[in-house]
Amino acid sequence: MNKHKKAANLIFGGLTIMVLLLFAFPFFWMLLASFKTQGQIMSTDQLFIFKPTMDNYTDVFKEYDFLKYIFNSFVVALGSTLFALLLGLPAAYAIARHNLQKLGLVILVARIIPGITFLIPWFILFSKLELIDTFPSLILSHMLVGLPFIIWIMISFFEALPTEIEESGLIDGCTRHQVFMRIILPISGPGIITSSLLSFIFSWNNFMFSIILAGDQTKPLPVAVFNFMSYSEINWGGLMAAACIITLPVLIIALLAQRYVVSGLAAGAVKG
Amino acid sequence: MQYNWFDRNLKWIYTMPAVIFVLVMMVFPILYTVRISFFEWSMSAITPPKWVGLDNYMTLLKDTRFWGAVRSTMFFTVAALAVEVVLGVAIALLLTRDFRGKNVMKTIFLLPMVSTPVAMGLVWQLIYEPTIGAANMLLKAVGLKPQLWLASPDQAISSLIIVDVWQWTPMIALIVMAGLATIPTDPYEAADVDGAGRWRKFISITLPLLKPTIMVAAMLRLIDVLKTFDIIYATTQGGPNLATETLNIYGYVLGFQYFKLGMASSLLVLFFALVMGLTIVMIWMRKRMEGRYE
Repeated sequence: MNKHKKAANLIFGGLTIMVLLLFAFPFFWMLLASFKTQGQIMSTDQLFIFKPTMDNYTDVFKEYDFLKYIFNSFVVALGSTLFALLLGLPAAYAIARHNLQKLGLVILVARIIPGITFLIPWFILFSKLELIDTFPSLILSHMLVGLPFIIWIMISFFEALPTEIEESGLIDGCTRHQVFMRIILPISGPGIITSSLLSFIFSWNNFMFSIILAGDQTKPLPVAVFNFMSYSEINWGGLMAAACIITLPVLIIALLAQRYVVSGLAAGAVKG
Repeated sequence: MQYNWFDRNLKWIYTMPAVIFVLVMMVFPILYTVRISFFEWSMSAITPPKWVGLDNYMTLLKDTRFWGAVRSTMFFTVAALAVEVVLGVAIALLLTRDFRGKNVMKTIFLLPMVSTPVAMGLVWQLIYEPTIGAANMLLKAVGLKPQLWLASPDQAISSLIIVDVWQWTPMIALIVMAGLATIPTDPYEAADVDGAGRWRKFISITLPLLKPTIMVAAMLRLIDVLKTFDIIYATTQGGPNLATETLNIYGYVLGFQYFKLGMASSLLVLFFALVMGLTIVMIWMRKRMEGRYE
């Protein structure tokens, strides 16, 4: 390797590390602050070296009933993902196998339309049905976040399966419905995992629908954290601990299932 | 083969639940929003909605706050999108080289876009805090004057653009990286034979071949950046002095803080038309571009 190339490598390496640090910094900062007392956050001479405290985390659970909000978030994210799968998987299969592309397009429109356009009618409708601050209204609204992901990812997945699989099933005397249930679904694991993960993550993160449709009983994490920022004087350590707890599940999912998440996010790109 | 009624109509039975869901949760709300935009109503049970024709739209078009929101939305969208695309392509090119820890890098890249925006809004508020925030510490360390960031009407929107760039540049970079992987190697070999330099190769080979991928990434991002809500509402709520009030935020405020449902709906109809219009233009541009390549 000549000198010129070595210098170039050094520059590239340096740039890469800089980019990495810039993107990772907010996470690092959040984690540090979550173990600091208010005093330590306020003083600039204890930036990296300080005596860590767990108080912020115990406070969040003891004083703010965080377990309840975690539970709410899980119910809504899991519920909306499951129901979206229930509607989305058969629909995606029919669209992929019977060339109902126009229908697929309509569902993609759900991703383009500003979510806030739905909120006023939903609010009126759910108020009349007395469903504000209940899980059904939250799950229904979050399904609209997950369903486009599930349908679009699964259409490309089903399209990629060879039709011979179905044909052999039909020859063996299965009905088309049985072919889908017993042959197609069991081999669709990767697609189902990818789309469910994205549906789960985006429901977990959703703020706009929840802030209107949830109340004290069903408040999921993002709304809960937003509320205790506006009511109390700013307790930075507590807020950062709360931010860490909210982000942890999605970060774990992203780390464990990195491959799926990337391919899922890119699926829209490939399809356009 | 067995054919019964259920099997013959399977494609309708399979799509029906999803179609009904979309009709009830999407089509009906859109039509309802359009309808209510011609009425005046504050959700009161005593006074029913009052037909006012196009009045809401007229009031809105004369409302300086509305035009301020249009300007903020445009500025936020154009600036964030431009920075994200340029930076995303640059980072993708930087990361195509093989190096140790490339996968760790990709993982870290994934984190900003999957993290809960409200939580990240809190973290950035701490970073931008004028007296204890990391942003001002950094400025002081390099000898610059500390700034007000989110607390200043002049800087708030740019500060939010930085957050959006941090969160979403990785998506553009990851899509472009996937695109780079599909570029064949032979044009580069031919260019080497001709003695082309790095820059020349980038301008004449990489960029043209990458253009469709960049367009798609930009389009996906455009659709979402127009609708940015969480990061803005969780940090500034449109302030200070309405400096960060985008159409999305103003619509929300009209509807759910002032309960002017008619006005809010007319704003949302216009916003909806804007988003759909821009999307259709982008799709049309892309089709034309593809047509030229064929």
